Amino acid sequence: MTRFFNGLLHFRRSAWEMLASVLIAAGVVMLMQPFALTLYSWSFVVTLLGTVMFIIVSHFPE
Amino acid sequence: MLKSSVDRIAEATPHAIARRMHGLSDRALAWLFVAPSIVLLLAVNIFPLIWTIRLSFTNFRVNRPNAEVDFVGLKNYASILSDRDIWLTMQATAHFLIWTIVLQVLIGFSLAYLINKKFRGNDLWTTIIVLPMMLSPAVVGNFWTFLYQPQIGLFNYAVGFLTGADPSSFSMIGDVKLAPWAIIIVDTWMWTPFVMLICLAGLRSIPGSIYEAAECDRASKWRQFWTITIPLVLPFLMLAVLFRGIENFKMFDLVVQLTGGGPGSITELTSINLKREAFEKWRTGYASAYAVILFVTVFGLASIYVKALNKVKQR
Repeated sequence: MTRFFNGLLHFRRSAWEMLASVLIAAGVVMLMQPFALTLYSWSFVVTLLGTVMFIIVSHFPE
Repeated sequence: MLKSSVDRIAEATPHAIARRMHGLSDRALAWLFVAPSIVLLLAVNIFPLIWTIRLSFTNFRVNRPNAEVDFVGLKNYASILSDRDIWLTMQATAHFLIWTIVLQVLIGFSLAYLINKKFRGNDLWTTIIVLPMMLSPAVVGNFWTFLYQPQIGLFNYAVGFLTGADPSSFSMIGDVKLAPWAIIIVDTWMWTPFVMLICLAGLRSIPGSIYEAAECDRASKWRQFWTITIPLVLPFLMLAVLFRGIENFKMFDLVVQLTGGGPGSITELTSINLKREAFEKWRTGYASAYAVILFVTVFGLASIYVKALNKVKQR
């Protein structure tokens, strides 16, 4: 966990890619879950944020 | 003096063209050759995407081309993301997506594992199994509606024969509870061979020497399966899941032919709902926003999936 946070602080690709992936996955789950309309309403923002972040951080150094 | 063929070709080049090409660097020439493909890509892929994003912020209706088009900001997105009906179609799509992928991977891998064993008639069985994949979705949808007929359908008779139930007592495509499973069964029937073929390619790429070494180490068949077969086939399997996942997220033709989204709107997947918004209600701006939401979802999922696939390949 410490390594992950260090990676975020030092702008390492793997840590930021992991964060972006988690956001995308969370966004997709929020989009398709049958439990709360609020989650559905915010799903696109979360997915979009994750996708844009993924595109940017894939250019960070390893 | 003898001239080389290159010199002869150079001399045969019309003077006007030779003068125009003179001084072009290798890089410029490379760009010259690549340019037509890039222009085509921009025209066919990138331009429509940018145009769709632009339309998604307007109230444009394609059936009223002369009407004034207003910029509505994020209104289309807000209204899609608070619409309970669209939320239900997302859930229907998730149900369809998850079950088709699970069934296709399990059955496809099992079939590939069986077909990979040497037995008589192996090639014939492979051809027979692959047949559904070669049919048009419209044809498949049409003949499965006959198979699902409660009165004359073979499917109902087969279920009746196996379970003892009255064949005409249930309707696969007319029942609210059964219709989602009806489309899952047909898609699984049609596309399991695709997963099987990819898995078969993976299984056949495993060198026999690895299994021989495992036999020498007295590894059981069960252990060989989990420590050799599965890890080496996994990249192929993941590729199959990626292809089927993207395809099934966009599933349209088969379901339209089979149930038309019904009964009610229980099998109305997102692409069917999107088509209704765009070409039946003619809400082009709204449908564009809908399409952008689906695009970002698929793009995001595919990005993390490709990353995971590369990690598995590197192992």
